[in-house]
Amino acid sequence: MQYSWFNRNLKWIYTLPAVCFVLIMMLFPIIYTFRISFYEWSMSATSPPVWVGLDNYIALLKDERFWHATGSTFLFTIMALALEIALGVAIALLLSREFKGKNIVKTVFLLPMVATPVAMGLVWMLIYEPTIGAANMMLKSMGLQPLLWLASPNQVIPSLVIVDVWQWTPMIALIIMAGLATIPTDPYEAADVDGASAWTKFVSITLPLLRPTIIVAAMLRLIDVLKTFDIIYATTQGGPNFASETLNLYGYVLGFQYFKLGMASSLLVLFFALVMGLTLFMIWMRKRLEGAS
Amino acid sequence: MKQSFKQWIGVGATVMMAATVVAGCGGANNTTQETAEPGTSPAADAKPFAGKTISLVTANHPWADAIKPLLPDFEKETGIKVKVESFFEDQLTQKLTVQFTSGSATPDVFMYRPLQEGKLFFKNGWIQPLDDYSKMDADYDFNDFSKSAIGSTTVDAKLAGIPIITEQEILYYRKDLLEKAGISVPKTIDDLVAAVKKLHDPKNDIYGFVARGQRSPLVTQVSSFLYSEGADFTNGDKAAINTPEAVKAFTTYGTLLKDYGPPGVLNMSWPQAIGIFAQGKVAFYTDANSIYKNATDPSKSQVADKVGFAVFPAGKAGSKPYNITSWGLAMNSQSGSKDATWEFIKWATGKEIVLKTQQKGNPGARASVWDKPEGATGFPAEMVPVIKESAKGGVDHDRPTVISVGEARDAVGEIVQKVMTGETNIQAVADKANQALQAIMDKDKTK
Repeated sequence: MQYSWFNRNLKWIYTLPAVCFVLIMMLFPIIYTFRISFYEWSMSATSPPVWVGLDNYIALLKDERFWHATGSTFLFTIMALALEIALGVAIALLLSREFKGKNIVKTVFLLPMVATPVAMGLVWMLIYEPTIGAANMMLKSMGLQPLLWLASPNQVIPSLVIVDVWQWTPMIALIIMAGLATIPTDPYEAADVDGASAWTKFVSITLPLLRPTIIVAAMLRLIDVLKTFDIIYATTQGGPNFASETLNLYGYVLGFQYFKLGMASSLLVLFFALVMGLTLFMIWMRKRLEGAS
Repeated sequence: MKQSFKQWIGVGATVMMAATVVAGCGGANNTTQETAEPGTSPAADAKPFAGKTISLVTANHPWADAIKPLLPDFEKETGIKVKVESFFEDQLTQKLTVQFTSGSATPDVFMYRPLQEGKLFFKNGWIQPLDDYSKMDADYDFNDFSKSAIGSTTVDAKLAGIPIITEQEILYYRKDLLEKAGISVPKTIDDLVAAVKKLHDPKNDIYGFVARGQRSPLVTQVSSFLYSEGADFTNGDKAAINTPEAVKAFTTYGTLLKDYGPPGVLNMSWPQAIGIFAQGKVAFYTDANSIYKNATDPSKSQVADKVGFAVFPAGKAGSKPYNITSWGLAMNSQSGSKDATWEFIKWATGKEIVLKTQQKGNPGARASVWDKPEGATGFPAEMVPVIKESAKGGVDHDRPTVISVGEARDAVGEIVQKVMTGETNIQAVADKANQALQAIMDKDKTK
């Protein structure tokens, strides 16, 4: 009798731990953050959180630093994403051909992705060091003017983009390579018969067929780039003079350096909405494109 | 039947896993208190705390390395068992903050940075005031501690912690470069600026001056410039970083770095700054004396035998470096065994142990230890008079003494960074920063 109850409900019982995990570790923090975002709280044991309604949100929207961080986040995201997609597609096309030692190249190529981000941040900091770093040494040996890299308010974002591109292009390439493997060969044969050039084949066959894959890759990467924290924190901590402070970094500073838990939570709620909105937009666009093709 | 048995195993495993998860959550509140059983200790009089266990949390710091080997002596002497955990600086603050927020009774005693988080911890009710304890035992000789070191650990006229590491800002210089150019060691800030100009020779890879340039880290090092010019971050309950003296100090520091600093100084904290000094590329460097080993250790420094130390140069108000407690020991207000905990603090900050830790290179706050010749063996001979001299006239804080230190540091640091990025109207920047600092101070008053 009992056995049959378990039999009937087996699917629920087996998924229960996973569901519990998601509820406790993901949903609860999100709801709690949302709640705290309406309070003013400095983690004090003697003064409890005070309800302030929308004050935190209003203060944030009036805060210059918040808008600057938003701008930096978008600038960093757009630059990194565009470069990663372009390079990722190019590298995937290159690696999808057969050549000697392909597997070794593929493996080496994926290494940046598995490296520890904070450790890599410190390594890049040394590379970018203006006086003794490798980056300027290379520029000088080519007869170019040395740059300030991370130490210049204008160059810091592009410098960080380079690190992100170095680390995450392999992931894009990996996804695109999987996409390339699924493209059927007959359109190319037909194109060959028609005498199409390599470029025409790429633009009219490969790219359109690859589009869904590219969008998926872009979406995955977009969410991650927006949230980039580790390499920025390890190299500049948002400096010089807030020039590389992104939303995620500002949220951390508000929460764990200024101990303004309420304000930090409201920033994270806004940020959550932003990431969610962009993701939904991408999904909607993908559906529309798929419907069209 | 066989089939259902397999299912049972599956269900059992699931339940077990779930139980483990739940148990893991519940365990966090367990504390390690009061293991003493009355009457089990034979020498109850001599060792009133025998059998007790206290927990100590330290930073990864040379002081912790020096105290750990001494703990067995304390345990034998008192019968108190000490459990130690160590963390990196930033993780330490976060760990303590989270633990205290949840009202935890552990750790009983912990290392903390009085000027960074002392006020926050104290105002949040996480720290046990030690005034009464410190006066209980005449042998402890509380008055032996340097006044400004105690000033650093005092919040609202209450003693929040006992100083264990003190720090002063000093001037590091390259003996060989000064000698070659025939310059004497700068005694005033004006002398320093002149000497920096003279030695600045970027074509030959020698820069005149380096110090911290990152927004928040630089604040503590610009503070001595501020005091020596006769300014301070605050004056009573008013922010004071836009006074003419303050603006002059910020401008001096920022200009030195902008015009005579190595490239990239805007993104340097002390590891990068002393690193480039140790590479032999800079003539002058100001920072805390506590990091001197990075410049004098031959395995880290190419100029190990050429580094000189000097008292911070004088400004309009004389030489006024900060002289602060960078690390202290404090007691958790929720601790279940406060008397045993105090027994530990008393031991660790008593004359005997301070001498031992100081000999390992940890500058303490006890005058009597500094006065003994063997108290100075942990430091380069040339540095000892500089430390003693700096400790005399020093100021007991190196950053604005507010609750939201992080926010206040960012406000101050921005002024200097604006100087370094070439902003010419510094008064306007300082006025704006002053408003921000005032807002932070006003908010403190409501707490």
